[in-house]
Amino acid sequence: MSAPVQPYLDVRDLTVRFDTEDGVVQAVNGVSFTVARGRTLGIVGESGSGKSVTSLAILGLHSPRRTRIAGEILVGGRNVVGLADEEIRALRGRDVAMIFQDPLSALHPYYPVGRQIVEAYRVHHPQASRAQARTRAIEMIDRVGIPQPAQRFDAYPHEFSGGMRQRAMIAMALVNDPDLLIADEPTTALDVTVQAQILDLLADLQREFQSAIVLITHDLGVVSQVAHDVLVMYGGRAVEYGSAEQVLRRPEHPYTWGLLASVPSLHGDAEADLVPIAGSPPSLINLPGGCAFHPRCRYSEQTGGRSTQWVPELREAGEPGHLVACHLSAADRRAVRGAGAIVRQRSGGRS
Amino acid sequence: MSPLLEVKGLTKHFPARGRGSVKAVDGIDFEVRAGETFGLVGESGCGKTTTGRMLVRLLEPSSGAVSFAGRDITHLRGRALRPLRKDLQIIFQDPYASLNPRHTIGKIVAIPLQANGINPAGGVRHRVQELLELVGLNPEHYNRYPHEFSGGQRQRVGIARALALGPKLVVADEPVSALDVSIQSQVLNLLRNLQRELGLAFVFIAHDLAVVRHFCQRVAVMYLGKIVEVGTRAEIYERPQHPYTRALLSAVPDLERLDAAGRIRLVGDVPTPLNPPSGCRFRTRCWKAQERCATEEPALVPRDGGTQQTACHFPETGPLR
Repeated sequence: MSAPVQPYLDVRDLTVRFDTEDGVVQAVNGVSFTVARGRTLGIVGESGSGKSVTSLAILGLHSPRRTRIAGEILVGGRNVVGLADEEIRALRGRDVAMIFQDPLSALHPYYPVGRQIVEAYRVHHPQASRAQARTRAIEMIDRVGIPQPAQRFDAYPHEFSGGMRQRAMIAMALVNDPDLLIADEPTTALDVTVQAQILDLLADLQREFQSAIVLITHDLGVVSQVAHDVLVMYGGRAVEYGSAEQVLRRPEHPYTWGLLASVPSLHGDAEADLVPIAGSPPSLINLPGGCAFHPRCRYSEQTGGRSTQWVPELREAGEPGHLVACHLSAADRRAVRGAGAIVRQRSGGRS
Repeated sequence: MSPLLEVKGLTKHFPARGRGSVKAVDGIDFEVRAGETFGLVGESGCGKTTTGRMLVRLLEPSSGAVSFAGRDITHLRGRALRPLRKDLQIIFQDPYASLNPRHTIGKIVAIPLQANGINPAGGVRHRVQELLELVGLNPEHYNRYPHEFSGGQRQRVGIARALALGPKLVVADEPVSALDVSIQSQVLNLLRNLQRELGLAFVFIAHDLAVVRHFCQRVAVMYLGKIVEVGTRAEIYERPQHPYTRALLSAVPDLERLDAAGRIRLVGDVPTPLNPPSGCRFRTRCWKAQERCATEEPALVPRDGGTQQTACHFPETGPLR
């Protein structure tokens, strides 16, 4: 987080609201974060936490009629909030690219995969000849690990397996060598052995191209493998933000504690009960007052009523660069962690 | 004691127009004892869901036999199935698609009772409310519709329905994979408490290895329509012998181990079940494969005199990592 270089992506106080028949959906409520080139930020949260809405806003993919966006999204120093359609389009695919959970909905079923990659290239390289574009596409198909790239160029998406389609979508996203890649649940639909291949591939490509990556996922295991920094979202707000090491090893927010304690593990006592978070995620139309997590937080009462009244500010939690939005005092949090009841003891790993 | 569920040579081939058949499940054997939690784990296309559907008679097996409490149920149909339904129930993955949106949850849970002509003491409504309470729902919500509930609550309705007839065995097909992390643990704890309190046996089908480890006492690993390894939780997770089991465990992104040491990365994809490889089906992705693996199919047998059975010519030994 404390990268010395200028961050490539700088999101400041982003707010996204949707007008619907049922009321205003407060999808994102003042979220700020940065990502430098060569770094990966993992945005973690459950359904309705605002993580996907945030990523779509970076690409200007929300319908302007029903969406109200406030705040700044600086991409390479330029604010993209409020940019005209054609300006956003020039950016999208060239400077910022996206990969989605479901490659079948991102690839056109009617055209060969290679042709779609060529098209993505020529949109931003109008001077390139067909032959050049084809060469570039085949190079990318090869680079993402699809065997026999020249032959597979003419294959249709349905002829690919799920993992191969995901590779093809990554090839399409990276064909213009973007500075920022947004990956929304890129491996959720994949089997675990294929997921491992794709995560390795993304990490390799990042080392090679030095792109900034925003990885959106609900899977803490995936985040722990690839993210340098982690942002935990709840009810459209950032509740914890820091390096992966800080957030996953020394979490400070009760929601992060809850997430970590509720996932079953491959180690330790399998007979021990999981520690679930009570209740369910809030409605974004009718967010609880104060800290949005307070109705589910078992420490809410220790805040002397503050958690029901004020939204806690995201501020440093002791360690530099480790931010948490919680009314609990540092001493209270230490006492909880010391009791060891909440945060599962984790061993090994990188330090 | 004879097992509650006994599966022998169970096979399901789906015809594929002009291209032979998809060998979804290709001759598997296993047993589940009363009160035992048995996990079927594997990646998409390994045949675990097809197996579950054959067990509860939602699919007709191509060959093989299923017996329940000593009775052959392989080809039961129609009326003859009714009594079996009381003992053998299923919970589905999708809590949205598996509940009729036009029925109240009271009606949804009552249907199994009514269909079997059961009049519980105190009346159907009373029994349904007991069941709702058992799965952690408010019994006063009897008259609400599925859309008024969250995903986790709907899954609880599905569980209440499965328990209505007091089954001995429940087949749970990915019961928590559609749920958010914080809700998943609530439902897993509920299932485990019910299993212990009611002494239920489970066939628990899932792709998530950590979830299966948490819930199941014994586990079978499937690959391309075959069981490649079966054993107790400790055997499968701590001393896996089949290379595929090791690769599968190694691929799970693990919060506890961030180092890449000893990580196994499989190359390529699962071959098509239309035309699975000869011999051992895993050999095309296996780093230990030899000529023998292509010519001779390895039998699922105990390798070291224990309960763990592995279908591999060159099994691994020793603890995992």
